[in-house]
Amino acid sequence: MTNTENFVHELAEKHGRTRNALMPILQGVVAREKYLSEEAMIAVARELDISAADVYGTATFYTFLDTVPRGRNVVRVCKTISCHMHNKDEIIRALEEQLKCKVGETTSDKKFTLLTANCLGWCHKGPVMLVNDDVYPELTPQKAIEIIQEYNRKSN
Amino acid sequence: MSKYMVNLKINNIPIAVEEGTTILDAAKRLNFHIPTLCNHPDLSVAGNCRVCVVEVKGARLLAASCATPVSEGMEVFTNSEKVRIARKHVVELLLSEHNADCTKCFKNGHCELQELASEYRYGDHIFIDLVPFKHKYLDISSPSITKDTSKCIRCQRCVRTCAELQAVSALAVVHKGNHQTISTFMDKPMNDVVCTNCGQCINRCPTGALYERNYIEDVWNAIYNPNKFVVVQTAPATRVAVGEDLGLEPGHRVTGKMVAALKKMGFNKVLDTDFTADLTIMEEGTELLTRLKKALVDKDETVKLPMMTSCSPGWIKFQEHMFPDLLPNLSTCKSPQQMFGSLAKTYYADKINIKAENMIVVSIMPCTAKKFECNRPEMRDSGFKDVDYVLTTRELAMMIKQAGIEFDKLEDQHYDSILGESTGAAVIFGATGGVMEAALRTAYEIVTGKEVPFANLEIKPVRGMDGVKEASIKIKGAKPEWSFLEGVEMNVAVAHGLTNAKILMEAVESGKTNYHFIEIMGCPGGCIGGGGQPIPTSPEIRRKRAEAIYEEDAGMPIRKSHENPEVVEVYKDYLGHPCGHQSHELLHTHYVERKRY
Amino acid sequence: MEQKQLKRVDLIFEWDEKNTPIQVLDKTLQKTPDAIILEMIDSGLKGRGGAGFPTGLKWKFTRNEDSEVKYVICNADEGEPGTFKDREILDRVPEKIFTGMAICAYVIGAKEGYIYLRAEYNFLLKSLQQKLDKFNQQLKERQIDFSIYLRSGSGAYVCGEESALFESMEGKRGEPRNKPPYPTVAGYNSKPTVINNVETLVYTCEICRMGAEKFKALGTSDSRGSKVFSVSGDTTKPGIYELELGMPLKDFIDEFGDDDAKAVQVGGASGHCVPRKKFNDTIIGFEGIPTGGSMMIFNSSRSMYNVLHDYLEFFTEESCGQCTPCRVGCQQLLKGIEAVKKGERPPTYLEDLKKLTLTMKIAAKCGLGQSVANPFISIVDNFKEEIIY
Repeated sequence: MTNTENFVHELAEKHGRTRNALMPILQGVVAREKYLSEEAMIAVARELDISAADVYGTATFYTFLDTVPRGRNVVRVCKTISCHMHNKDEIIRALEEQLKCKVGETTSDKKFTLLTANCLGWCHKGPVMLVNDDVYPELTPQKAIEIIQEYNRKSN
Repeated sequence: MSKYMVNLKINNIPIAVEEGTTILDAAKRLNFHIPTLCNHPDLSVAGNCRVCVVEVKGARLLAASCATPVSEGMEVFTNSEKVRIARKHVVELLLSEHNADCTKCFKNGHCELQELASEYRYGDHIFIDLVPFKHKYLDISSPSITKDTSKCIRCQRCVRTCAELQAVSALAVVHKGNHQTISTFMDKPMNDVVCTNCGQCINRCPTGALYERNYIEDVWNAIYNPNKFVVVQTAPATRVAVGEDLGLEPGHRVTGKMVAALKKMGFNKVLDTDFTADLTIMEEGTELLTRLKKALVDKDETVKLPMMTSCSPGWIKFQEHMFPDLLPNLSTCKSPQQMFGSLAKTYYADKINIKAENMIVVSIMPCTAKKFECNRPEMRDSGFKDVDYVLTTRELAMMIKQAGIEFDKLEDQHYDSILGESTGAAVIFGATGGVMEAALRTAYEIVTGKEVPFANLEIKPVRGMDGVKEASIKIKGAKPEWSFLEGVEMNVAVAHGLTNAKILMEAVESGKTNYHFIEIMGCPGGCIGGGGQPIPTSPEIRRKRAEAIYEEDAGMPIRKSHENPEVVEVYKDYLGHPCGHQSHELLHTHYVERKRY
Repeated sequence: MEQKQLKRVDLIFEWDEKNTPIQVLDKTLQKTPDAIILEMIDSGLKGRGGAGFPTGLKWKFTRNEDSEVKYVICNADEGEPGTFKDREILDRVPEKIFTGMAICAYVIGAKEGYIYLRAEYNFLLKSLQQKLDKFNQQLKERQIDFSIYLRSGSGAYVCGEESALFESMEGKRGEPRNKPPYPTVAGYNSKPTVINNVETLVYTCEICRMGAEKFKALGTSDSRGSKVFSVSGDTTKPGIYELELGMPLKDFIDEFGDDDAKAVQVGGASGHCVPRKKFNDTIIGFEGIPTGGSMMIFNSSRSMYNVLHDYLEFFTEESCGQCTPCRVGCQQLLKGIEAVKKGERPPTYLEDLKKLTLTMKIAAKCGLGQSVANPFISIVDNFKEEIIY
């Protein structure tokens, strides 16, 4: 078994092999591997004895269950109304410059993927972004860049 | 137990129906037609197209009539102003994301969306055409099924078919919102996924999003080519269904007219897959008895039981993907279509003095998986592609129309000989349980020298539409060479539709069953419900087709495969004996393990 | 119409040392389930997630179902743009949520409870799990046969719709189900289920602490009690405020606006846009405009076209996609206002689109598609020029 298959197997042992376990298992894979590879989805389908298309169909429904490769750190800038009103565009521009990649893309060193997200629930403290699971409200372009630099140091 | 009755009014007319009845069905009883798209009699309720909405007095929302059960005192309006506006909006919204190139569409004239659009007479479209904004994908990777996302209206009938009826789930709903679509695992081409090519999705697709890969032009070209000798074979189930696409009611037997039409169209010889169905019984029956002998007398542990039928190519591919461990249980017999192909380009070509390379073999099949089957690399035992083109029953009907033939006015004609003679045992291949019944008629008689102990040869326990059927026959009076079978209770099982097949296979895998022989047909109802049969389909329509099949059997002068004189002749002339060397060269095959994931 | 002046209340986040949540639980479990239901009904508490179904009735219906297995689920899939109150509650007083769930479980006869937390709030998981472990331990010590588990979403607004949430918990795409059956009959795992919003569950705990009488003294006859509001946009005081229900919007704007408010979006993207001229006669409550708590203020510098465009983009992406009116309707509305703005369609096309939203309102399968008419019509009607020019 490959690493991924082993890991999926462990997740299935932990969460069970009923359909109800699908979300926690997929979430577990994404937490570790940042996205669901073809190999991972097949391993999940096999563990749960469901079709691979079913796994893919379920995963693609959810914004946080990516099925395309992502960097080690996934940055999601809130794009919804009040963050929009509070200049999320500037944040995105600053991040695009800093990371040298556009929204939807991953940096060439695979350290970061830059994405936008629908309302993150910090409308009173926008603009806001998530880096992985951590939240950073009340951003300025400068602050956003510093946060990214910090993650960059950490992932060296 | 009588159910609680619910009183309601539909369009002011009172009616009482059983509790749990949907508004849609209650309205039907009063002859109020409510249009539907996502609803299908073979599938679970989805309630997502919203075409069937109706107004319920006092309710804030319109109700999806397919998904809403009646309740006491309910007052329903099926054509109020609100309903009409909503329905028009819904249909127009669907049209706005539908690539409406109707005149070029293969489903032109057979499209439920087109029908609705014509009912409502849309003039200028109000809404913006969304098709240019959509990711378009025409998938022609499969030799059986073409998938065109630009025609899809997301009713999910195909997805439910693939999951509920076939337990395959090659198709799934993927993404959400404006990106939601119907696709495969990782959006792979249909030919690269677990699709069995059964075509049941096609039978239930309301538009042209799923349709058979068609070979109509190739076949016409072959007919028009003076250097080609074009032979056509027709599967058992086509003769009770093709009429439906030519203006006749379901259940009409049109064997003679179909033969006449094919002759008029210019095929050089019109022959019958039923002939090779009889041949299949000889081979498969012998294979079964041989396996039983090896297992029971020789104690040969390499021989696998229960033996399983191999006529249905959708079922074969399913087994190759899903239960590869059970592949040794499959009979090595080719399907009747492929037995026909390899015989036609060898024995038959010699007989009529035609070079095999100049012969084109065309099949008329109730099946889309047959298109895949004829392209399998194993199916070239004649030295050529044994079967060149497979047409569905629907494609045949189109060609008959194209040829300007008035089908219902045709005089019945007979199949050409040889390879045209058949028996009642062959025609029942078209319905679930038919292969089993035909095999038992012959095998029992080989073993005992007597007819099967069922009135009028009708083995009723294996007939009908139950998902999994079982029967046992005790062998009495076995001939000396079969004495090891004396008193043996032959246990058989029959399943149709791949969901039922899966249930049966899981039971076999569990080791708790004691079957000797299993018949599986990939499609609900067997071939009469095949993925290449006329659309629409429903339990009722399939029941009528099956009845017609059994009528056809009852009316045949010969009803046992081993009594087919042409079969007797081909063994004498060419093959030697069943499961002999020549048979193994031409009539048997092997299977390949395929990935489930 | 009955109305109240703007008044701040401190129930939700208040910590009463003499009546801690676990003490409230102990006290409440002395009563019979029927008595608790009566108290809930009497309090007039309606769901705080936005739909406003009477909580006591929901509990009663579920109690009346004959089933070995029942569930209590806390809907913490707060995704409505402009709403962030549940996050604060989950962060600051989760014990009150747990207590509300345990009381509900006692009433309906459930042994398992779940909190479905949106993925965007995953940073709360760790502390929430710690507090939950402690609470589950306390239940165990009291020999109460009930435990609460955490479940995460994965980024899908529509999973806030209760039946979509069940589908998601069952490992499927979060596509809303046909109704009936309702959750009280067939919810999670097709078993009778009470699903309540985070804030609602806290109020059930509060009502058990203070009694229905004190609770219903707050608010109006149609809108009993108080409510947590999420205030954002062009405001001098962005944040979370618990206010008595039934106030006029005017009071609210006087308190929170920046003196230049031209409109308030009440109830988030799926709510209603109220223009300045209607501030005086708009009541915040079930008799006026109900809200899940989102109050987003726009001043004169804002383009209402951009606001509507943002909302429609949101719905277009977050629609589950299964039903026609919502999937295609949202796309048509978005493309439609773009076309009008660009001059590719005449201004009268907005009327066609309004009619379309009326169809969506009555023919879409779930609340998401049904509610798109609210922002669309209220913004188009009140700010037509901004949409066209």
